[in-house]
Amino acid sequence: MAPKLPPTHPLEHSVTTVAGSQAPAHHAPPRGILRWLLTTNHKEIGSLYLIFSLIMFFIGGIFALVIRAELFQPGLQLVNPEFFNQMTTMHGLIMVFAAVMPAFTGLANWMIPLQIGAPDMALPRLNNFSFWLLPVAFTLLLSTLFMPGGGPNFGWTFYAPLSTTYAPPSTTFFILALHIAGISSILGAINIIATILNMRAPGMRMMDMPLFVWTWLITAFLLIAVMPVLAGVITMMLMDINFGTSFFSAAGGGDPVLFQHLFWFFGHPEVYIMILPAFGIVSVIIPTFARKPLFGYPSMVYATASIALLSFMVWAHHMFVVGLPLAAELFFMYSTMLIAVPTGVKIFNWITTLFRGSISFESPMLFSLAFVVLFTIGGFSGLMLAISPADFQYHDTYFVVAHFHYVLVPGAVFAIMAAAYYWLPKWTGHYPNERLAQWHFWLSVIGVNLTFFPMHFAGLAGMPRRIPDYALQFADFNMLSSIGAFLFGFSQLLFVLVVVLCVRGGKKAPAQAWEGAWDLEWTVPSPAPLHTFETPPDFKRPTL
Amino acid sequence: MSGGTYYVPATSRWPVLGSVALGIMMFGIGMQLVYDASSVIMLVGLVGILSVMGFWFRDVVRESRGGLYDTQMDRSFRWGMGWFIFSEVMFFAAFFGALFYIRTFAVPWLGGEGEKGVSALLWPDFVPQWPLMNPPGDAVVGPRGTFSPWQLPLVNTLILVTSSITLTVAHEALKEGHRKVCRNWLTGTVLLGLCFILIQGLEYYEAYAHYGITLEAGIFGATFFILTGFHGVHVIVGTIILAVILVRVHQGHFAKENHFAFEAASWYWHFVDVVWIGLFIFVYVI
Repeated sequence: MAPKLPPTHPLEHSVTTVAGSQAPAHHAPPRGILRWLLTTNHKEIGSLYLIFSLIMFFIGGIFALVIRAELFQPGLQLVNPEFFNQMTTMHGLIMVFAAVMPAFTGLANWMIPLQIGAPDMALPRLNNFSFWLLPVAFTLLLSTLFMPGGGPNFGWTFYAPLSTTYAPPSTTFFILALHIAGISSILGAINIIATILNMRAPGMRMMDMPLFVWTWLITAFLLIAVMPVLAGVITMMLMDINFGTSFFSAAGGGDPVLFQHLFWFFGHPEVYIMILPAFGIVSVIIPTFARKPLFGYPSMVYATASIALLSFMVWAHHMFVVGLPLAAELFFMYSTMLIAVPTGVKIFNWITTLFRGSISFESPMLFSLAFVVLFTIGGFSGLMLAISPADFQYHDTYFVVAHFHYVLVPGAVFAIMAAAYYWLPKWTGHYPNERLAQWHFWLSVIGVNLTFFPMHFAGLAGMPRRIPDYALQFADFNMLSSIGAFLFGFSQLLFVLVVVLCVRGGKKAPAQAWEGAWDLEWTVPSPAPLHTFETPPDFKRPTL
Repeated sequence: MSGGTYYVPATSRWPVLGSVALGIMMFGIGMQLVYDASSVIMLVGLVGILSVMGFWFRDVVRESRGGLYDTQMDRSFRWGMGWFIFSEVMFFAAFFGALFYIRTFAVPWLGGEGEKGVSALLWPDFVPQWPLMNPPGDAVVGPRGTFSPWQLPLVNTLILVTSSITLTVAHEALKEGHRKVCRNWLTGTVLLGLCFILIQGLEYYEAYAHYGITLEAGIFGATFFILTGFHGVHVIVGTIILAVILVRVHQGHFAKENHFAFEAASWYWHFVDVVWIGLFIFVYVI
C-alpha cells in the first residue's frame, strides 16, 4: 500500500548543530562524572533516569520485603508498628514517584526522539534539570527516616489529619521533597509535549506516531494538569502544619475531606500516568512479535484519550465510605464503570492483533502477554471496587491492595521490563541473554501471582490493609503472600544480571533487532550512536 | 524550510547546580520550620537558585542573539511557555477548587445542612455563613471584619487591568519598531506592578492590624491568604520578569518580528491579571 498523502509537513524543519557556537560539532564530552552531571543528551539522560529508577525500585522493594517479613506470621516479630507504618508509606511513595514514574520518563527520553526522528528533546538543558531534581528530592525524602520521630507514617495517600495534626515533625521535609519531585515531573512533561508536537520528522503526522509516543503525549498532558494540584494540596498541608491555617481542620471551618478530594483529583489521573505509557509499550511490542500491524490504531489513540479525560471525573471512587451525598456516590460509580469501555477497546485490540499473527515468544513478548492477562485481572477487581455498595465492604481491605498491585506490578512494572528487554539491543548493541531473561520472566510471574492473588481472598475475608498484625484466620494467605514477595523480589536480581551482561557483551544486534519491528528507532545502528537524526529522516509510512 | 539549525547545547552546568541549590533551599526551609534553625541555609539555596537562573538565562540570551535559534527552536519555546502557564492555571485551580468546596459544601454541612450533615452534632450552635466569622472550634478566633471590595481591591483591579493594557500597547509599539515608545509603556507597566504589590502589602497590614484576618483566623483567613498570597508572589515574579525585559528593550535586544522573551513575559503577565479577576470576583465580591 503506497501512502495516499504526499509527505508534506506543516512545520518547518531544520538540520541540527550540536555544541556551542565556537565549539566544533561533536567535540569530546567531558569525562567521568562530569559527563553525567552536565549532559544534555537525551540518551544519556534517559539512561540516568532508568538507572535511578532501578535503584529506587530495589530500595522500595526492600521496604516491601520488610512489610512482608513482618506479615509472614501473625503477631509482632521484626519491627514495631510505628516503623511498619513508615515502611508502608515509604514503599508506596518510592515506588510511585521514584521507581515507576522515572522509569517511564527514562524510556520517553531514550525512545521518543528516536521514534519520531528528532535530534534530541526540544529543551535539552531543561531535560537535565528535570532528572537531577530527582536524586535531590528522594535523598531528602529518604533522609526523613533518620529524623527524630521517624519518617512519614500515614500511608502514601497522606490523608489529613493523620498527615497534619498527628504527623511526625519530618512531614515538612516530606512535603518539600515532594515539591521538588513535582517540579521535576512538570518540567519533564512540558519537555516531552514540546518534543512530540514540534520535533517530528517531516512527513510524520500525529496519526503516524508509534503508540508509545501517543500515550506519552497524553500522559504528559495529565502530568501538567495534576502535578500542580498535588503541589497545591501539599502546600495547604504545609500551611496547616506550620502556619496555623485550618484548611483540613473542621474546628476552623475547614474539612479533612477536602484533602481527600484534592488529593484524589491528583491521585486518580496519577494512576493513569503510571499505566498509559505501559499501554503504549505493549501496543508497540505485541505487533512486533505477532508480526502484524497493530489492530485498530486510531481506536487505540481515541481510547487512550478517553481514559485520560475520564480520569478527571472519577476521583471520588476512592472515597465512597467517607460520607459522600448519594448523588456523588452514584455519579462516581457510573463514571468509573465507563472507564471499562475504552480499556476494553484496548484489550480487544491487543488480542485481535495477536489473532492469526505469526507469534514468537521472546522475553519482551512474554512480559507483554503477561501484562495483558494480569492487568485485565486488576481491571476486573477495579470494576468490583467501582460498585459503590460493594466497595463499602472492600474498602481499606487487602482486596484493594491486591487490586492496585495487579495493575501496578504485572501492569506497569512488567511493561517497563518488557520495554527494557525490547530496547536493550538498541541501547547496548547486544541482545539480552534470552535464557536468563526467560528465567526472570517465569520467576516474576509466579512470584507476582503468589504474592498478590491470595490478597484478594484475605481482603474479601475482611483483613484490613496497613496493619502490622492480624487475626489468625488470615495466617495462611499471608504466609503465601510473603513467600511470593521474596521470590519476586530476589528474582529481580536476575534482571540486573541480564542488564549488566547485556551492557558488557552478548550476541550482536543489527539495526533492526527484531524481525517485525519497523518504527524509526530500528533504522539507526545498534547501539544507537550518541547523536542520531541530526538531519531529520524522511518519514515513510510503512507499507504493510 | 528554515535555513537555520536546531540548536542542541553541548553541556551545561546550570541544571545540576540549580537542582542542588533548590535542594539546599528546601532543606533550609525545613530546618527553619521544624527545628527553628536560622534562615542562612535557605538563603544560601535561594541565592544559588537566583544566580543559576541568571547565568542560565544569560546563556540563552547570548545564544539567541548569536543567531543560534531558528523558527523550530522558537516553537519549542512557545510550547514550553504555554504549557508552563497551563500548569500554573492548574495550581491556582486547586486553591479555587478548595474555596468553592468550602463555601458550597463544607461550611453548610458543618451547620447541619444536607443528608450527611452529622458534623452539626459536634458544634450544635454553629451558624454557617460566608465569610466565616465564627469558626466552630473555640480555640479558633475568627476575623473581626472583612474588606469592602470597592476600596483597595477595586483600585488594585483597575491597576492590574490597566497594566495589561499598557503592556499590550508596549508590545504593539515593539512590533512597529518604536523602541522608545515601547520602553515608556513598559516602564509604566512595571510601575503599575509595583503599585499593585505596594497596595497588596498595605491590605495585608490592614488585615492583620485592624480586621483580624490572619492565617490563624479559620478557613476564611486561610483561603484568603493562600489565594491572594500566591497571586501576589506571581505579581512580584512577573514584575521582575518585566523589569528584566525592560532592560533588554533598552539595550535593543528585540527585533520587530523576533522577540519571544517579550511575548512570554506578556503571556505570563496577562495570566496573572486573569487570575486576579477571578480572585476579585470570588474572594472579594461574592
